[in-house]
Amino acid sequence: MSATLIQQLVDGFAALMLLTSFALLAQHRMLSVLHWFAGQGLLLAATAAIVAYGTDNEELYISALMALLLKGMLLPWLLRRVIRQLHVHREVEPLMNSSMTMLVALGVTLFSFHIIQPIEKTSLLMTRDSMAIATACVLLGMLMMITRKKAITQVIGFLAVENALFFAAIGATNGMPLVVEIGIAFDVLIAALIFGLFFFQIRTTFDSLEVDTMNAHLIHKDDDE
Amino acid sequence: MNTAIILALASCSMALVAALAPLFLRQPVAQRTGLSLLLAASGLLAMIAGICGLILGGDALILPLGLPWMPMHVRLDALGSFFCLVIGSLLLPVAIYSQGYLRDETRLTSLAIFMPLFVLGMLGVVLSDDAFTFMLFWELMSVSSYFLVTFKHENLENRKAGFIYLLMAHMAGLLILGSFAVLYAAAGSFEFSAMRDATISPFWASAAFLLAGFGFGTKAGVVPLHGWLPEAHPVAPSNVSALMSGIMLKVAIFGFIRVCWDLMGTGDFQWWWGALVLAAGSSSAITGVLMALQQHDLKRLLAYHSIENIGIILIGLGLSMLLAHFGHPMLAALGLVAALYHTINHALFKGLLFMGAGAVLHSTGTRDMESMGGLIHRMPWTAALFLVACLSISALPPFNGFVSEWLTFQTALMAPQMGGALLTAIVPFSAAMLALAGALAATCFVKVFGVVFLGHARSEVAASAHEVDNWMKVGMAIPAVFCLLLGLLPVLFIPLVDRVPQLLLHASLADSIHAHGWLWLTPIDVAHSSYSAPIVLIGMLVLGGLAFWLLHPKGRTIRRSVMWSCGNPHVNARMQYNATSFSQPLRRIFAGIYRPEEELRIERSRHKLLADSVHYAVHVGDMAVQYLYQPIGKLTLYVAKLLQHEHQRGIHAYLAYTFITILFLLAVYI
Repeated sequence: MSATLIQQLVDGFAALMLLTSFALLAQHRMLSVLHWFAGQGLLLAATAAIVAYGTDNEELYISALMALLLKGMLLPWLLRRVIRQLHVHREVEPLMNSSMTMLVALGVTLFSFHIIQPIEKTSLLMTRDSMAIATACVLLGMLMMITRKKAITQVIGFLAVENALFFAAIGATNGMPLVVEIGIAFDVLIAALIFGLFFFQIRTTFDSLEVDTMNAHLIHKDDDE
Repeated sequence: MNTAIILALASCSMALVAALAPLFLRQPVAQRTGLSLLLAASGLLAMIAGICGLILGGDALILPLGLPWMPMHVRLDALGSFFCLVIGSLLLPVAIYSQGYLRDETRLTSLAIFMPLFVLGMLGVVLSDDAFTFMLFWELMSVSSYFLVTFKHENLENRKAGFIYLLMAHMAGLLILGSFAVLYAAAGSFEFSAMRDATISPFWASAAFLLAGFGFGTKAGVVPLHGWLPEAHPVAPSNVSALMSGIMLKVAIFGFIRVCWDLMGTGDFQWWWGALVLAAGSSSAITGVLMALQQHDLKRLLAYHSIENIGIILIGLGLSMLLAHFGHPMLAALGLVAALYHTINHALFKGLLFMGAGAVLHSTGTRDMESMGGLIHRMPWTAALFLVACLSISALPPFNGFVSEWLTFQTALMAPQMGGALLTAIVPFSAAMLALAGALAATCFVKVFGVVFLGHARSEVAASAHEVDNWMKVGMAIPAVFCLLLGLLPVLFIPLVDRVPQLLLHASLADSIHAHGWLWLTPIDVAHSSYSAPIVLIGMLVLGGLAFWLLHPKGRTIRRSVMWSCGNPHVNARMQYNATSFSQPLRRIFAGIYRPEEELRIERSRHKLLADSVHYAVHVGDMAVQYLYQPIGKLTLYVAKLLQHEHQRGIHAYLAYTFITILFLLAVYI
C-alpha cells in the first residue's frame, strides 16, 4: 500500500472516531452507548494496526492487539455485565437536552481544530491530521461526563477520554513507548474493575446510581450533624 | 572584616543562642535569667556595633548560610549602623527590665524562645544585603512577634488581636515582596548592590515606591493601615510592647528608607512621593494623637501615640524627599537627620513609657486608667522616670523630643518655595499639623500622668500598689538618662546621625553643626535659628528655683486645711477628674472626627429633681476600623458566602469547571 493511501485510511478512521464520540453523546439507551463504546475500541485497534503497518513499528502491533482485547472486548463485556446485573438499561437522563449538547459538542470540535492548526504545521508524521480529532474526542468525552447523570455513563465518558488519549498518542508520536502503554492498559483495566465494584457498593448504600442522590445523601448527613 | 560587623554578627548570634537556650534551661528562673542576660549582651553588642559602624564605617560579608546558590549577604553601612544603635539602645534596658518584670511568670518557654527570635529578626533585617535575606528575617520578625502578642492566648481578646496582627503583617509582607519583585526585574539579581546600580523606569519606580510604602507603612502603623497596632500592643507583655513599639515600627521605617532611598536612589524621587509621605505623616500624627486622647486603657493610649510619632518621623522624611527632589540637599539632609533623630528618641521614650505602663500593670494588675490614681506616693521611682518620658514625648526642653521636633520644624520653616501652589501649601500645612499634634500630645500626657500618678487612688488595687524591684527601676532609668543626654547634647550626637545623609544624599550637616561648638545647635545658619539645651536647662532651673523661693520663703509655715467642696460633705476619689472627663472638651471640639456614642441614664425614683444614680458611658471608635476595615471584612465574608454555595455543587459542576478551565487554557496558551 502506498503512503498516501495509508494516510487517507488513517484520516478516515479518525473521522469515524469523531463519529463514535458524537454517537456516544447522542445515544439515550444504555446498551447502545455501550455498543458505540465497543465500536470505538475496535476502531482504535484498527487505527493502531494501520499506523503500525505504515511505519513498520512492531511495538504498535502489540498496542493494537491490546486495544482490541481490552478496549474492544473486555471492558465492554465488563460494563455490560454491570448493566445487566444492576438493571439500568433504561436510559440515561441527560442533564442538558441532547440538541443543546450536540451544539456545544460542535463548538468544542471547531474549537479544537482551531487550536491544533498551528501545531499541525510543525509535524511531519503521516498521522498529523488526526491530532485535532483526537483533541476533540478528549473534550467530547469530558462533555459526556459533565452532561450525564448516571455514574455508569460517567465512567464510559472517562474511558472514552482514555481512548481519545491513546488515539492522540498514535497521532502525535506514533504511539507511546510500549512499557508505558502496557502500564496504562492495566491501570484502565483495574480502574474499570474498581468502578464495577463501586457500582455495587453504591447501589447497596444509596439504593441508586444517580450522582445527585449521593450528593443529597451527603448533604442530609451534614444537616443531621 | 572590620570590628563593627563582627560585633553586629556577635549580637545576632547572642540572640540566636538566647532563642536556643530554653532547650537546655527548663526552670522558669533559669529561663528568665538566661533570656535577660543574653538579650542584654545582644543589645550591648548591637549598640557598640552601631556606634563603631557610624564612626569607623562598616563592611560587607558573605555568610556561608542560606540556600546553596544564594548565600546570605550582610552589610553594615551607615543606615544599618544607625538602626543597629537604635535596636541596641532599647534592647539593653528592656532585657534588664525583663529580669524583674517576668518574675511572677511561671510559663516562660514560648516567651523565652520567640523574644530572642524577634530580636534576631530585627537585627537581621537591618544587616541584610540581599532581598532574600531581608524577607527571611522580616518574616521571622513578623511571625515571632505574633507568638509574643498571643503569649497569653487563653484570653479571647489576645487571640483576636493576634489574628488581625498576623493578617496585616502578611499583607505587608506581600506588598514588600512585590516591591522587591519590581526591583529584581530591573536588576536581575537579589543582591542589593545590583539593585542600587540598576536603572529603573519612572513608572516601575513609582510602582515599587507605592508597594514598599504601603507594605512598610502597614508595619509602621501609618493611618489608615494602623488597625492592628492599638489591638496588638496592649495585649502583648509590656517588655514586648516596648520592643514592638520602640523598635519594630522603626525597623519598618528602616525598610522604607532602605528600599526607597537606598536601593532606588534619591535621584529617582518624584515630587508626589514626598508629598504623599508628608500627607501620610501629617494624617498619622494628628489621627494618632486624637485617638490617644480618648483612650483610658494605658497601653492602648501609648499605642496610639506610637502612630502619632511614626507620623512625625514620616513628616521629616517626606519633607526631606521633597527637598531632595527640588535640589536642596542640605535642607534634605536636615529633614532626614530630624526624622532619624526622632526615630531614636521615640524608641527610647516610648520604650520607657511602655516599661512604665508595665510597672504600673505589674503592681496594680490593671491597664484601666480609671481605676488608678495617686501612684506617685507608692511608686515614686516609676513616677519620676515615667515623667521624664512624658516630658520627652511632649517635646518639652531640655529632653530629646524637643530637639527632633524642633529640627523637623526648622526643616519645614526653612523650606523654600517649591513646585506649584499645592506643594507650597502642603509644607506649612504639615508644619501646622505637627504643631497641633505636639500640643495635643502634651495635653494627653498631662492627662496620663495626672490620672495615673496624681490625686487619690480610685480603687483598692491602686491603693495597695507597691514599688517595682531594682531590675525594673534600672531598666527604666537607662532610657531616661539617654533621653536627657540626647536632649542636652544634640551637637555631639548629630555628627553620628549625619553619616546617613552622607551616604544617601551625599550632603552633610557637619560644617554648620560644628560651627558654634558643642553648646549651640545651629541646623543651617546661626542667622536663622539656634538652640542650646544646657542654657535652657540652666534658665529653667534658675527660674524654677526663684519661683519656689518666692512662693515658699523661709520662716513661713505651710498651712493645711480641709478642702472646700462646694458644701458637699462627702468627698470621694471618684469626684476627681478622670481620663474620660479630662478629655471631654476635646471630644466636643473634635466631635466631627470622633463621632462619640454617648449614653446618659439618670434614675429618679423618689422625686424628679432628686437623682438616685447617674450612669454615663461614652465610646469612641476608630474611624478607620469603622469605615475601612469592617466594610472590607464584611465584603470578604459576603463573597465567601456566595462561594460557599459553589462548594455544595455536585460532581457535574466540578467536572464542568475542569472542562472550562481546560478550554480556557487551550485558548489562551496555544
